[in-house]
Amino acid sequence: MGMTITEKILARASNKKSVTPDDVVIANIDKVMIHDVSGPGVIKVFSEWEKKGINLDQIWDPDRVWISEDHFVPASDRISANNITLLTNWSKKFNIRKHFKYGLGQYGICHTLSHEEGLVLPGEIYVGGDSHTNTTGAMGALAVGLGHTDIAYVLMNGKIWFKVPETIRFTINGDKPEYIMAKDIILKIIGDIGTDGANYKAMQFTGETVDKLSMEERLTLTNMSTEAGAKNGIIEPDDITFEYLKTRTDMEFIPVKGDFDASFSNTFTYDIETLDPVIAKPYSPENICAVGDIEGEIIDKAYIGSCTGAKLEDLRMAAKILKGKQVKIRTEVLPAAQSIYLKAINEGLVSIFLEAGAVVGPPTCGACCGAHMGVLAKDEICISTTNRNFPGRMGHVESQTYLASPLVVAAAAINGKITDPRNEM
Amino acid sequence: MNILRGRIHKYNKDNIDTDVIIPGPYLKIHDHKELGKHAMEGIDPNFSEKICEGDFLLTGKNFGCGSSREHAPIALHEVGIRAILSPSFARIFYRNAVDGGYLLPIEIDPASIDKISDKDEIEIDLDTNTITNTTTREEFNIKPFPEIISKIVKAGGLLYYKE
Repeated sequence: MGMTITEKILARASNKKSVTPDDVVIANIDKVMIHDVSGPGVIKVFSEWEKKGINLDQIWDPDRVWISEDHFVPASDRISANNITLLTNWSKKFNIRKHFKYGLGQYGICHTLSHEEGLVLPGEIYVGGDSHTNTTGAMGALAVGLGHTDIAYVLMNGKIWFKVPETIRFTINGDKPEYIMAKDIILKIIGDIGTDGANYKAMQFTGETVDKLSMEERLTLTNMSTEAGAKNGIIEPDDITFEYLKTRTDMEFIPVKGDFDASFSNTFTYDIETLDPVIAKPYSPENICAVGDIEGEIIDKAYIGSCTGAKLEDLRMAAKILKGKQVKIRTEVLPAAQSIYLKAINEGLVSIFLEAGAVVGPPTCGACCGAHMGVLAKDEICISTTNRNFPGRMGHVESQTYLASPLVVAAAAINGKITDPRNEM
Repeated sequence: MNILRGRIHKYNKDNIDTDVIIPGPYLKIHDHKELGKHAMEGIDPNFSEKICEGDFLLTGKNFGCGSSREHAPIALHEVGIRAILSPSFARIFYRNAVDGGYLLPIEIDPASIDKISDKDEIEIDLDTNTITNTTTREEFNIKPFPEIISKIVKAGGLLYYKE
């Protein structure tokens, strides 16, 4: 019996010839990420360990670790400012050179940096102190989110236990219509399988549509595998992956693909040509319907941001709708990384947003996780390119968030109500 | 040793997510006691006042879905919760609860939920994989921990677990 790409990577990393779902393996880790929320959490774990007599003078491999300042930048108050200082001192102490600092060159949302900077390579195992670490699986890597204790353990030992997940295959076929984005596809999938539909499992995306999707669009699919509960989302690497990495890193890698006779616990097949733009209503990413079904519902705010919805192509798509128009509701655009922000300026996208009346802010997780920088008031209704809309996710527990593609969000921004993007294209 | 006794706090809702267990603005806080004060604030603002040391939660399926924030099991542990009974858990929450040694994620048959009421006293026996509702005298099976989880639980967390 052959192995899937996920199984092959876990077998390689645990020095085994083969693994099958439900095996427990101890896998050697290739890359680790922490940010300004999980970092201080990991530091806290280290300090608890110190009280128990375990002192760490060095971590396993500082060159395999990077740090991102993204959740509470710009610092929202004294506590978050102190967290940045704590993290900065800690990264110096442990000689972690890849620390992407707010206001000091390239920085941005950790998941965006992982691909934008070519930090994770095909075939690698990458763990991050954030649930949307799954994003980077689009590079053909096994990318898994972990908590503070697990990350601290990896920083000490360079390895950790995994249960080999079953893989569900999602085959997407057909020519992608111009009004459909990867966001519509993944929302449709989550609507079908639910927020626990892939719990403990791997979600592998394949098919002729995925083969043609750009790297950034593929990253939207894997990003929101988290919202279906998946351990990881993954796409086998191909020429699009290699071309994307060529301009970003000269590190060598050994790409991995699944065997032809690999076994999947389930397969779902979609025809993208018949898909209408999709929206997730409050209060769950699985609560989906066609945008057309709720057209005209009034919205207070449009948010174009986050690792899921503010990559360069997301901004291009939003700009396509906003060009020469005026927004009718508060609209915020936050590119996902400094490099993307600069590209958006050079391409004229930022002018389009500003001329339309939107505000363009610095890269941050900010309001996506209800932390700061534009959180929602009680009863306020937001349409957002982000990935979660649980109660209180973007602000007050009685605020509401609709999740949709940048095209759908931009169409709502200029009309002040939910609008099928086909009416604006 | 392997029997835990406590009182049930029932929140019979599926998909109780980490944004509800410990809302985003508290992510910057790493003082465990402070986090405990805000546990479950998104579903019950008075939660922390109701809990006594050693109490249990009973919830619907997919408890802890959403983010990887370890703040979630930390806040619940800090306020006194020692086990959560649910038909299923989101994977990162489950891992964090076990590897950090904060609390026990106990998987139960969905049909058991209706047979346990808020404030019932129960006993969890990890040797026989059963729970007894001492208020109603009913007994239920729980799903045994997989071997690795059982070992990490016994060790008191991943740090103390030896391969």
